[in-house]
Amino acid sequence: MRSPSLRALSIATAVAFCVSLSLVFFYAPIEAEEGFLQKIFYLHVPLAIVSLSGFVIGGLMAIAHLRTRDQRWDLRSYVVIHMSLIFGAAVLITGSIWARASWGHWWVWNEPTLVSFLIIFLLYATYQPLRFAIEDPERQARYASVFAITAGAFVPLNFMAVRLSASYVHPRVLGSSSNLPGPMMLTFFVSLGAMALLFATLCCYELAAKRTRILLKARSRILGFQ
Amino acid sequence: MSPPAHVRVGQPVHAPAGTAKVVLALLRKELLVELRTLESVPGMALFAVTTFVVFHFALNQNTVSGQEAAGILWVTLLFAAMLGVNRLFVADADQGGFDAFLLAPVDRSALLIAKALSLLTYLFVLELVAVPAFALLLLGPPLSQALPSLLAPLALGDLGVAAIGTLIAAMTVRTRARDLLGPMLTLPLLVPVVIGCARATAPLLQAGRAGSGTLPLRWLGTLALYDLVFGLIAYAVFDFLLED
Repeated sequence: MRSPSLRALSIATAVAFCVSLSLVFFYAPIEAEEGFLQKIFYLHVPLAIVSLSGFVIGGLMAIAHLRTRDQRWDLRSYVVIHMSLIFGAAVLITGSIWARASWGHWWVWNEPTLVSFLIIFLLYATYQPLRFAIEDPERQARYASVFAITAGAFVPLNFMAVRLSASYVHPRVLGSSSNLPGPMMLTFFVSLGAMALLFATLCCYELAAKRTRILLKARSRILGFQ
Repeated sequence: MSPPAHVRVGQPVHAPAGTAKVVLALLRKELLVELRTLESVPGMALFAVTTFVVFHFALNQNTVSGQEAAGILWVTLLFAAMLGVNRLFVADADQGGFDAFLLAPVDRSALLIAKALSLLTYLFVLELVAVPAFALLLLGPPLSQALPSLLAPLALGDLGVAAIGTLIAAMTVRTRARDLLGPMLTLPLLVPVVIGCARATAPLLQAGRAGSGTLPLRWLGTLALYDLVFGLIAYAVFDFLLED
């Protein structure tokens, strides 16, 4: 039923990724300080931005669920948070690789964004155990929404708190993206767009799969009674 | 026969209780139950003292000071608080306390405030035991010069733990593996509180200073802000946890 839009999304994502990867490897200049390894920035930072936005969007969808009591908002909230968690794992892995390449350690504490991200990842990793520890589906959805709202509000606060605590003696590993030259800026935004498209496409796929499974269960329950 | 003059027909005899009265009544019940059963607080205090002993052996040091001391104190207080958080709503969940409360015509946030205040009281009693024990067992510099300034981070940290701990306790009490999920959910949310409290306490516990360090107001400011924001969030979402 929704395959045309799923197909369109998938094609758009594939094209966007082709464009962004070509830009990363052939167009963006090699950075003076870190060299070729700096290019992981175009993967790591879009992943992080999309993941964090996903967590906050999941919180907003949870607010919609609690206000309207429509289970569809809860399904969307669950899928978005689940996908953000997976993207979050990718953020930590790519961040680790970058830290290892730049500083020689797989983990560095003096990079406040990476540390904040670890804390948020650990928090959202408890989302699914919480959900599946509650059997009643209505209560499960309600409690999950409460958690998503609380955790969504926590995301910005956590970043501020960890940034405050960072020691300014050591220079930050991941440089700020605010003073990027033109070609790098373009590549960055194209990569960000491609990552956001990937996130949306994967979420749509998961939503479609879940809806199909729900329909299937409903049908088989009806047939079982006949 | 008409009713007596002071009773008006059709009017309720008693007005519904205001939230403050409900909170006080619930708080009184909580503290009375705790006083009679002594479930949470002695366990928390004993855990804290034992943890200090474990730290001595783990670090192989006779005294600690500065940031190290602040860290050990706060980690111990945090994990002892987790014990209290785990037990906060258990009696209500197991013995129908939630249903009884829902039947009463009162504002549901009163339960949140009362439980948070009772957790705050437990934490206060915990600190009455744990902080002197810490000074006795592990702390290098004398506690007396740090003590007046120490009250501020302790109070703000307690408020943060009380607000977040109560919310998460209400969320996890009616799930399977509640003792596991409670700390797992609460600890990441309390990381900013730990950051603020440990940083604020560290200069107070510095060794070799006559007048001890000054209290860094910036950390107290962030702690207060965090407590306020999460207090408000907990107040906003708590109702949804109680429906059934």
